[in-house]
Amino acid sequence: MGRKLLTEHINVEGIDTLEGYRKHGGYRSVEKALKTMTPDEVVEEVKKSGLRGRGGAGFPTGMKWSFLAKPEGVPRYLVCNADESEPGTFKDRQLMSKLPHLLIEGMITSSYALGANTSYIYIRGELLYVLRILEKAIAEAYAAGFLGKNILGSGYDLDLHVHPGGGAYICGEETALLESLEGKRGNPRNKPPFPAVQGLYARPTVVNNVESIAAVPVIVNEGGDEYAKIGIGRSTGTKLISACGHLNKPGIYEIELGLPVEEFIYSDEYCGGIWKGRDLKAVVAGGSSVPILPKELILKTAAGENRLMTYESLSDGGFVTGTMLGSGGFIAMDETTCIVRNTWNFSRFYHHESCGQCSPCREGTGWMEKVLHRLEHGHGHMEDIDLLVSVAKQIEGNTICPLGEAAAWPVAAAVRHFRHEFEWHVTHAKEAAQPGAVYRAGAVLV
Amino acid sequence: MAKITFDGIEVEVPDGTTILNAARQIGGSIVPPAMCYYTPLKGSGGKCRACLVRVAAGSAKDPRPMPKLVASCVTPVQDGMVVENTTNEQVLNVRKGIVEMLLINHPLDCPVCDQAGECDLQNFAFEHGVSTTRYQEERRTFEKIDIGPLIQLHMTRCILCYRCVYTADQIAKGDRVHGVLGRGDAAEIGTYIENIIDNDFSGNVIDVCPVGALTDKTFRFKSRVWFTKPVNAHRDCPKCSGNVVLWYKGKDVLRTTARKDQYGEVKEWICNECRFEKKETSDWQIEGPAHIDRSSVISANHYELPVLNQSVVADLPESTVRDLQQNPPLKLGN
Ligand SMILES: Cc1cc2nc3c(=O)[nH]c(=O)nc-3n(C[C@H](O)[C@H](O)[C@H](O)COP(=O)(O)O)c2cc1C
Ligand code: SF4
Ligand code: SF4
Ligand code: FES
Repeated sequence: MGRKLLTEHINVEGIDTLEGYRKHGGYRSVEKALKTMTPDEVVEEVKKSGLRGRGGAGFPTGMKWSFLAKPEGVPRYLVCNADESEPGTFKDRQLMSKLPHLLIEGMITSSYALGANTSYIYIRGELLYVLRILEKAIAEAYAAGFLGKNILGSGYDLDLHVHPGGGAYICGEETALLESLEGKRGNPRNKPPFPAVQGLYARPTVVNNVESIAAVPVIVNEGGDEYAKIGIGRSTGTKLISACGHLNKPGIYEIELGLPVEEFIYSDEYCGGIWKGRDLKAVVAGGSSVPILPKELILKTAAGENRLMTYESLSDGGFVTGTMLGSGGFIAMDETTCIVRNTWNFSRFYHHESCGQCSPCREGTGWMEKVLHRLEHGHGHMEDIDLLVSVAKQIEGNTICPLGEAAAWPVAAAVRHFRHEFEWHVTHAKEAAQPGAVYRAGAVLV
Repeated sequence: MAKITFDGIEVEVPDGTTILNAARQIGGSIVPPAMCYYTPLKGSGGKCRACLVRVAAGSAKDPRPMPKLVASCVTPVQDGMVVENTTNEQVLNVRKGIVEMLLINHPLDCPVCDQAGECDLQNFAFEHGVSTTRYQEERRTFEKIDIGPLIQLHMTRCILCYRCVYTADQIAKGDRVHGVLGRGDAAEIGTYIENIIDNDFSGNVIDVCPVGALTDKTFRFKSRVWFTKPVNAHRDCPKCSGNVVLWYKGKDVLRTTARKDQYGEVKEWICNECRFEKKETSDWQIEGPAHIDRSSVISANHYELPVLNQSVVADLPESTVRDLQQNPPLKLGN
């Protein structure tokens, strides 16, 4: 059994109330930090913990915090990114709805570390019910003196607000989020300047994922070194994985980083194998934006080593034979999955969600979707396959924000690993266009 | 001050200057094309990606190259920065890709478009693109709409540069009705149910529009721009500077625009009265013919000859100076 640092008490009755949460050690980190530690000491613990951003990019949180500009007399902000909208990723929602006080505790301790007196949780607009849960919990925290003026008599003030998002995936990109939070259209900003220097209202701002912030209390309570003992190398601590697709037991699992992918998929403690006794075909390991890998490459690296659930192991082989841990949205596909159809589906999402500011992404996402639509529906040509790769390349690296890459990578990877399926959609256009048709070693499987 | 090397040429500019403006300090054919950046408009730039360049060395302090191409119009220089534009194959290839992207949903209706002949997209495509397309899908289209009696919006041609949005916000201030609705390739310029921008300076959105998406309804279909003769003129105007260009065909003033510099940027905003109402020669003091670059793609095209900054180029070899003065700019690759 792996250790559960975040979710140990997630199913305890009443854990969503302040009282219930306190009974299980809740808000200890606030007391410890505010009463016995300086803000810099908290930052130092987070640095030592090796915690890396859980929102997708995996940037070391302690380092991000230490980059925050601190000009005299200028307020700074901590903003929690709770816009979770990537296909396959649904861990933050669970964490917030079941353990609202964990996030609030993390926000208080983190805000203290950063010297922020006003902090925001920007939550996906569709999650109104979670917003209500959070608001209720925040009201409890104010009443108990964990928020507001002079928290626990320490002289530290903090106001915490929840803000519902604008209903767009792009508002999860940190600078689009800040624009949206300012009341503007959620268009990503050009960087530099980075949020650490000019973020919300052009003031120094840290944006962190829900899960990153939720990990702070345990780091403060147990110490960064203790946290860093879990995991392998530069992948420390635990990670929430939202597993979905053709698994016997889809769901949200807290794993210790370093767990072998094979164990995660097949052991009964986790996903319990592929459903209906079928064979695994491919996995998208970190949310829809990361490259898809065929079974052979998700279980073992190109060098034949066991693939582990760590930032490093999953990206072993770069984008040729590797992928990314991303946000932990783990999508498993069995042998009846049509890769072309699935790629088209992802592509449809990015086409729909591009903000439309920069030309490669605005035009390229639609172009890829249309070509994939044709291929899937039996109107494709052989040239279309290389065209897809070429369009993806024209987007990648040339856009304002990483949504461009998020749209390009899945397409490029699908063609890289499953080119034969794309070709089959051209050579067997009629069969391929049948609903449910799937290429399997040359045979149609309906 | 910061000293940078741009395509092998050194130039010194004040701290905070963008790479693009540093290149413009040199002038000539090495200046990256800009389809969305517009100096007088705050917040513009960074969107079209036409101006992407490679930073081969970030600064004297940290000479590592930047991992991705950067938008030169919004990236500030650092002392010791080394930038590659026309000297970098990747930059030119990516730019070719940007042309392709900007054109896939463009109607290519230049033969019936009022902007043809002075269209930034035409120039950009001619100078940096390829002559074929790989796009076979249906193009996105929008209905034409009138935003007020004087301006037509032909959204199908729009490249979403946001210049008109910033103009409406910053120049034609008033109730904010002109903005972007929708997302991705369904995003469109909107004035909220065909509202009009009710402001004396609203006509300037026509001048900033790099393509034929916002056109002057008083000039619609009257003439191809290359059959008209631009003449500088001014009048005493209580609202604006009154410095304009009158576009004549024979004795008739077919339209009035603001004066633009060599990068197509308006020098002084003009009011709607000057633009739309004063169409008689007797309304104006004539200064003389406007400078037009005779060798441009279509002769009325670039508003001014490429101007080199003599203090920067003085010590360069003669052949380099000749290259810089080439117009149309150096076309590398195909
Ligand atoms: C299109 C797009 C959508 C994103 N959506 C989210 C999101 O929903 N939640 C999130 O935490 N990060 C999201 N990110 C990543 C954020 O930009 C940012 O990196 C993250 O919030 C930083 O937090 P972390 O360092 O704690 O991971 C998104 C990024 C992009 C490009
Ligand atoms: S990459 Fe796409 S989503 Fe990001 S800013 Fe550009 S158009 Fe918008
Ligand atoms: S209408 Fe013209 S100025 Fe406005 S965004 Fe479109 S192309 Fe740019
Ligand atoms: S001019 Fe720089 S991105 Fe458009």
